[in-house]
Amino acid sequence: MADKMALAKAINESLRRALDSDPKVLIMGEDVGKLGGVFRVTDGLQKDFGENRVIDTPLAESGIVGTAIGLALRGYRPVVEIQFDGFVFPAYDQIVTQLAKMHARSLGKVKLPVVVRIPYGGGIGAVEHHSESPEALFAHVAGLKIVSPSNASDAYWMMQQAIQSDDPVIFFEPKRRYWDKGEVNTEAIPGPLHKAAVVRAGTDLTLAAYGPMVKLCQEVADAAAEEGRNLEVLDLRSVSPLDFDSIQASVEKTRRLVVVHEAPVFFGSGAEIAARITERCFYHLEAPVLRVGGYHAPYPPARLEEEYLPNLDRVLDAVDRSLAY
Amino acid sequence: MTVESTAARTPRRSAGSKAGTTGTKRTTRTTAKKDAGTEPQLVQLLTPEGKRVKNAEYDKYVAGVTPEELRGLYRDMVLTRRFDAEATSLQRQGELGLWASLLGQEAAQIGSGRALRDDDYVFPTYREHGVAWCRGVNPTNLLGMFRGVNNGGWDPNGNNFQLYTIVIGSQTLHATGYAMGIAKDGADSAVIAYFGDGASSQGDVAESFTFSAVYNAPVVFFCQNNQWAISEPTEKQSRVPIYQRAQGFGFPGVRVDGNDVLGCLAVTRWALERARSGEGPTLVEAFTYRMGAHTTSDDPTRYRGDEERQAWEAKDPILRLRRYLEASNHADEGFFAELEAESEALGKRVREAVRAMPDPDHFAIFENVYADGHALVDEERAQFAAYQASFADEGGN
Repeated sequence: MADKMALAKAINESLRRALDSDPKVLIMGEDVGKLGGVFRVTDGLQKDFGENRVIDTPLAESGIVGTAIGLALRGYRPVVEIQFDGFVFPAYDQIVTQLAKMHARSLGKVKLPVVVRIPYGGGIGAVEHHSESPEALFAHVAGLKIVSPSNASDAYWMMQQAIQSDDPVIFFEPKRRYWDKGEVNTEAIPGPLHKAAVVRAGTDLTLAAYGPMVKLCQEVADAAAEEGRNLEVLDLRSVSPLDFDSIQASVEKTRRLVVVHEAPVFFGSGAEIAARITERCFYHLEAPVLRVGGYHAPYPPARLEEEYLPNLDRVLDAVDRSLAY
Repeated sequence: MTVESTAARTPRRSAGSKAGTTGTKRTTRTTAKKDAGTEPQLVQLLTPEGKRVKNAEYDKYVAGVTPEELRGLYRDMVLTRRFDAEATSLQRQGELGLWASLLGQEAAQIGSGRALRDDDYVFPTYREHGVAWCRGVNPTNLLGMFRGVNNGGWDPNGNNFQLYTIVIGSQTLHATGYAMGIAKDGADSAVIAYFGDGASSQGDVAESFTFSAVYNAPVVFFCQNNQWAISEPTEKQSRVPIYQRAQGFGFPGVRVDGNDVLGCLAVTRWALERARSGEGPTLVEAFTYRMGAHTTSDDPTRYRGDEERQAWEAKDPILRLRRYLEASNHADEGFFAELEAESEALGKRVREAVRAMPDPDHFAIFENVYADGHALVDEERAQFAAYQASFADEGGN
């Protein structure tokens, strides 16, 4: 049935469905039980599925991921919550040296179907370590898959697919979009988890984004349309693997590409996209691939974040620069 | 704030008055020294001279051990040492890139390893060759990662023996999670996590203590305190004996003579029994000694003297059981001679198997990176194949 629900609620419903349909699915994290998570994404799940399935953990991120690995080895499918993006680093060792590599080290004998949920990104006026976008740090690591939904329907279905995946999936949730409502058809047949979607067709330039920046790019396309420019907007959905075929197809049509993400531009996912699309589409491009994102600086205090984060004007400026070639 | 501060200060003052008014100062001044009052008693059932000593608490856990089983423990230790020596030689001959010797730790590993049931699960570090032996892992398979043909080399679920973990202490959390799963399943299996004295400093080990205590997980933490973390002595890891750390997490810890195979068997059985009966985790500190280098890459003469090694040689785990077997007439010359021949055969078998180990296929780089596949891996595999094929096209291969 199609219902209108907020993105956070869509994840909640998705987790509920997963818990309901597979007794091996577990929810773990700090405050995920009684409180329902600091963003209430796991609201009501412990009440309905019990403390044995929805587990409030000690305040120790490495412990959360490390024990989830052990539970996965025992046949469980843990979905763990890292409360905020900047708190994932105590668990980074377990994710990178253990979670990502055990399947390969065991020559395929061991599977680790662990989902690590990370509410990420800025724009909510939070304090230090609560607004970061570390996806590139994870995408660089072979063995992990990285996805980020931008809307409620994707949040619902991508979570189902992430839990069903036999690979570890880092699930970046755009926290500033948690309260955005959208249609969710819980009986639909979802598309592939790692395929990009054209959310707005256009001819003059491609805007590629994922997670929180998709909505911004749609607003940019609206604004550009008023100036007579017809922009295509791609929701990449998956950062690893990246759907280069879809980006290539779009760029071969529009001949221009601007990549938008909140993370610092330097060594970011936009750099990887620019490099590969330049290789694939060298003779189609009318302008260099441009990137809009954060600066090579610590995420700033909340009263400066609007300067740091890509906004309508900064993306429109990049669009102008691209079209000026 | 004031009330809390006062409340917090009062008991500290009274505790201080017991130990003397200059307690704080004294602590600061004696940073590197151990408090004599905290020196632990070892659980020991077999002395270095091979004498069986009574222990009211732990004797019952080895009461049923038959002479045949004692000979089995001896055989395990001898063969493990022979395998280890062969691997060290193979490294010296350039057949292995590295080897982490267990020389001196045979009793800790065989004693604890033989306490396990088939359905228990082992999470080792990279030195648990004796435990692997007890689990029935083909010893040759342990050498693949040291030769550089793979990063693992056995199916962890084949013998309930996880892959060696090189990052220090990581596996203690996996063990805890696995044990939490056992508890959820309502099974009565147990988990044992091996780690060293150096690993006891790692945050993951502390977190595994926290998680296992909070969830009452059926896990035995088996710390082989071999006195050295590469060149760092145990004093650089802890101000208190390692087994006492368990107390702060709310579960028991015990120190056993790690060179006493019977003691290790008894204490591990006790700890496993606690785990199975729902009493939660236990920390066992097996007090032992690494006779060789940390790995074949380091030189222990740079950081420790001969006297120390000689003192520990007198406590050799194999020698003491041999003395006991001989004194109690549980083994005759024929047994020892036969075992000697078996050892040599094992050495030869291992040597030949390592030398015959094929290099992995080039495309193994791209295998098993993901369970469900990944577009980038597919793309890079195809590029690699084209690159490889380009040599064939030129008639080079």
